[in-house]
Amino acid sequence: MVQFTLPKNSKVRVGKTWPRPEGRNVRKFRIYRWDPDTGENPRVDTYFLDMDKCGPMVLDALIKIKNEVDPTLTFRRSCREGICGSCAMNIGGINTLACIHGLDAVRGDVAIYPLPHMPVVKDLVPDLTHWYAQHASIKPWLETTTNRPAKEWRQSIDDRKKLDGLYECVMCACCSTACPSYWWNPDRYLGPAALLHAYRWISDSRDEATGERLDDLEDPFKLYRCHTIMNCTKTCPKGLNPAKAIAEIKKMMVDRVV
Amino acid sequence: MRYITDRKRATGRGSARSGTEHHWYMQASAVGLAFLVPWFVYCVGRALTLPYGDAWYLLMQPYVSIPMGLAVFVGMRHFAKGATMMIEDYTRGTWRKALVIAALSLSYAVTAVGLYALIVITLKA
Repeated sequence: MVQFTLPKNSKVRVGKTWPRPEGRNVRKFRIYRWDPDTGENPRVDTYFLDMDKCGPMVLDALIKIKNEVDPTLTFRRSCREGICGSCAMNIGGINTLACIHGLDAVRGDVAIYPLPHMPVVKDLVPDLTHWYAQHASIKPWLETTTNRPAKEWRQSIDDRKKLDGLYECVMCACCSTACPSYWWNPDRYLGPAALLHAYRWISDSRDEATGERLDDLEDPFKLYRCHTIMNCTKTCPKGLNPAKAIAEIKKMMVDRVV
Repeated sequence: MRYITDRKRATGRGSARSGTEHHWYMQASAVGLAFLVPWFVYCVGRALTLPYGDAWYLLMQPYVSIPMGLAVFVGMRHFAKGATMMIEDYTRGTWRKALVIAALSLSYAVTAVGLYALIVITLKA
């Protein structure tokens, strides 16, 4: 059955409150902390930052905390411009990228948690192993049986336009981890991210495995666990629409049989 | 510990090659029910305001009894499939199977009772 309460060793406790700096523009950050090596329950530490000496984005604040307050704080980051998808986390209740989420977009205290409903490696770092494996399972590459052309696989401008809104996904996992259906059935439902990518290859005019791809997705759990809740679309930090991509796959499925 | 790869865990037992029929049925039946349910509610409401004999006469009419029979049948099939989906969302293992069987049984029972009642009303002219 669905588990509505956290296990005892996962209950979040009140953590350490770090010293408050001088200054008039000080902001409070509540950040989820968990270290598997200590064997302790997760906790929420409280930090304070002088916003006059901090950059405008949430990632700027996290880096400042790590550099100047608490070097043990662990999180992923890389590009700092919304391209790599590394710094995905739950900020103020919204799954988003810390590097492109402005601190001015968060009201009150800034609460930062790892992406929901994923195993935590440490602090704000979720374990995305299964999620990546699901992405790999949809074969995110061009499948062809025709002999390889001498120069390149050609595509019309109109067919290329069909990939807009699909190829831009940076694989941050914000959408899948915002999806209640994915929370309940992560083992069998592919989730919005993998399905968006599946549709990206299904709709690619150069791909010759459309039928096989649809066959692989035709499953009560892999695809049809999407109940059009739309959290994926609402939370996508890149402004993509995974729910529409899933609906398009469903339409193609129906068109095959009706 | 099971020494299976992440890819094996993600792929599981592969595609069931089903689900589209269920999806299409739910869409098609939802359109049908959008017409049948208001008519069902109107007829029942109308019958409740009439004397017993007149209500019986109303329910005997084919333009009332046939849509009502369809509403019961299609509605219960829609319920059965929708409830199955909901149960699959939130339960696992034996609980899942037992609850699906219970939901299907309930829908068949309500369908049988509803259709029986309509037949009795229609034939006892």
